[in-house]
Amino acid sequence: MTAQALSDNLTEPARPRFRAGDAIRLAIVAVLTLGLLYVVWGLYIAGEPLFAVVAMGLAVGIVIVFGSRRFYAARFVFPAIAAVLIFIALPVLYTSYVGFTNYGARNLLTFDRVTAYQLSQKTIDKATERPFALVRADAGYQIFFPAGAGGFLTEPTPLDGNPAALTAQPVDAPPAKTLEMKDVIKLRAALQQVTATLPDGTALTSSGLRTFAKIKPVYALEPDGTLLNDVDGSRLTPDPAAGFYRNDAGETVAPGWRVGIGFANFTRILTSEGIRQPILQIFVWTVVFATLSMILTFSLGILLASILQWPHLKGKAAYRILLILPYAVPAFISILVFRGLFNQNFGEINTILSVVLGFKPQWGTDPMLARATTLIVNTWLGYPYMMLLGMGYLQAIPAEHYKAAALEGAGPLRTFFSVTLPQILPPFVPLLISNFAFNFNNVVLILLLTRGLPDIAGTQIPAGQTDILGSFTYRISFQDSGQNFGLAGAISTLIFIIVGVISYANFVALRRAAEAGGRG
Amino acid sequence: MIVEHPRSLLVKKLFAHGFLWLFLALILFPFLMVLSISLRPGNFSTGTLIPNPISLEHWSLAFGIPFTMPDGTVTQPPFPVLLWLWNSVKIGIISSVGILTLSMTSAYAFARMKFRGRGFLLDSLLIIQMFPSALAVIAIYTIFDALGSVTPVFGVNSHWALVLSYLSAITLHIWTIKGYFDSIDPALDKAAQIDGATPWQTFRYVFLPMSVPILAVVFVLAFIFLVTEYPAASVLLRTTDQLTLAVGARSYLYEQRYLWGDFAAAAILSGFPITIVFLLAQRYLVSGLAEGGVKG
Repeated sequence: MTAQALSDNLTEPARPRFRAGDAIRLAIVAVLTLGLLYVVWGLYIAGEPLFAVVAMGLAVGIVIVFGSRRFYAARFVFPAIAAVLIFIALPVLYTSYVGFTNYGARNLLTFDRVTAYQLSQKTIDKATERPFALVRADAGYQIFFPAGAGGFLTEPTPLDGNPAALTAQPVDAPPAKTLEMKDVIKLRAALQQVTATLPDGTALTSSGLRTFAKIKPVYALEPDGTLLNDVDGSRLTPDPAAGFYRNDAGETVAPGWRVGIGFANFTRILTSEGIRQPILQIFVWTVVFATLSMILTFSLGILLASILQWPHLKGKAAYRILLILPYAVPAFISILVFRGLFNQNFGEINTILSVVLGFKPQWGTDPMLARATTLIVNTWLGYPYMMLLGMGYLQAIPAEHYKAAALEGAGPLRTFFSVTLPQILPPFVPLLISNFAFNFNNVVLILLLTRGLPDIAGTQIPAGQTDILGSFTYRISFQDSGQNFGLAGAISTLIFIIVGVISYANFVALRRAAEAGGRG
Repeated sequence: MIVEHPRSLLVKKLFAHGFLWLFLALILFPFLMVLSISLRPGNFSTGTLIPNPISLEHWSLAFGIPFTMPDGTVTQPPFPVLLWLWNSVKIGIISSVGILTLSMTSAYAFARMKFRGRGFLLDSLLIIQMFPSALAVIAIYTIFDALGSVTPVFGVNSHWALVLSYLSAITLHIWTIKGYFDSIDPALDKAAQIDGATPWQTFRYVFLPMSVPILAVVFVLAFIFLVTEYPAASVLLRTTDQLTLAVGARSYLYEQRYLWGDFAAAAILSGFPITIVFLLAQRYLVSGLAEGGVKG
């Protein structure tokens, strides 16, 4: 029986009866589904219909896959595929979607939240404003509002800073003694928490040092969707294309909401000189950085691997361990160590160089030197990986080839370029491609080492000389001025396309290597 | 063995050792420097490689013990390094267990079961893992911001949110484990099946016990990757007490507050355990990485 036929049989579980295990499984599925339905409902209430649909899809998937025996095989794969879809595929798609919107610090909320925010704005109704006085009572204070010969007097309140709702009753004469102004000022904070309701139902709150007044909303929602300003009669008109309310003069009023703006972000990248220029520069540097990193780590790694493979060398094990140390130490620690060592003023590298050479290189401010720093550190971090792989591939070269080269009188260099390199390069190609893709997006190195600095002068958006595309997008999303998610999303989309092409090339290369080297 | 002249061989040997020593001196310089800096008094002092005088202030602070200076002033630890290390280890272990569970079950299905779209799914996994997660952090942040409005357990600044997002780092591991499962003799499945085992039982009682070594390697690989992960953690974790080491370590070296000496001690303290784990696992690591990608 072949393995294929065998696995065919295996996917048909021979279990006719209902067992206790099934009950437990169904109970777990039910609990998970109920929990997810709660999340679906919560996401929908929070105004995130897209994520609600995703959670709903997950719930339905769990019920189908784990509830029915027909999908037995899928049970093994479903959790993994779901995790990849939700936390890799969905973010990639969502980031691209964001690239077509104006999502950012200025347009952060949904339309409903912005409208609710405007409607929640309050103003003092001047018409209801009236002076007040405080009267000391046995249990705290009473508030007195003069009206004609008499006025209104509330019940006593402790004025201890807690919110209090009071009702004012009509009295015929003003109280004999009221508090001095300076004592009222001391109680100002507590007075802000008090609401006093007059017999006619008007709710008064503190509106100044000497006055109470009714607080009313600034805007009223009109049937046509505009917001009418109750105070000055002006109007806010929603502009769904811009994602902002506009006032009568046509100016946008913050905050804005998220709307789709089509290809505007992409057009901005391609046409706006202040953005296109730095992006082009960063793109070129990203390619140069990834290429040089690949070449430097590969050359150094292979050089060291060749020396370590030399049969006459003693102490190989010790050399090997010491040489891979840079790879073994967590990268975020070594990168930060280099950040300190390369520090222009306090760094040890400059302390030594100023003694030996008599000058301090401007690692932090000179663009070329800053770029050299990233390459030095990245080579330091990356060569051991190439060396370890290289040692493996070098062992596969038959010793006869070296003997033949030696008999022909070839020197070490000639042997390397004529015998060694041509034989190890083919299996290395897919690894070099993935190394290129990795460095193309080596965001951690740039963020921790230089943060993209020094900045490129005269750009519309913050862009650095050492920034690669990935760190640049990260910075315009989460650092510096105005989180511009929309623009970052658009740039990310372009990077995704580039990476997609590289990935596919790598995939094809891997397939070829696998076929050339035989399966297994 | 290639025959060479003794004289030229000696020269070559000297040259090789000399080169390696020089190279090692250059490569290991940062490590020695950091060790030296961690033992110097103060955060701005310069000096020789062997510090004089030796001060334990940075090491004391790294362990979270307030340090009394010679002049009587007491310095408080600037950051909770051990708490960060604990956060990193905790998140790393929980996520690695999750990753291992997800990847070994699906690797089993990919290796032994026949279902529609199997080849397509496997290829897609290989391609999708190359997409830079650092660029998707906006979306990751938005997802957990939205989830947080439902339940803060999975919201921004929660460790569980980070664990959940890390569960997607399984693509390469599925390939690695599948490669191993492929090498297990199909006769074993057949024997189990004849004894009436379901596929799940075959997986649980036949495949798992046989695959402990590769599963251990995947666990260590996942753990090391997660402990050093920066972009997602830096976006999802907000307050000082929630940070992982990778995110927190950065706060030592801001231009406004430059704690070079304190950083050096904290870096050695926190980097040492991870380095040891890595050195122990590295032999398997490279072969796993190289084979995992190529096996089809």
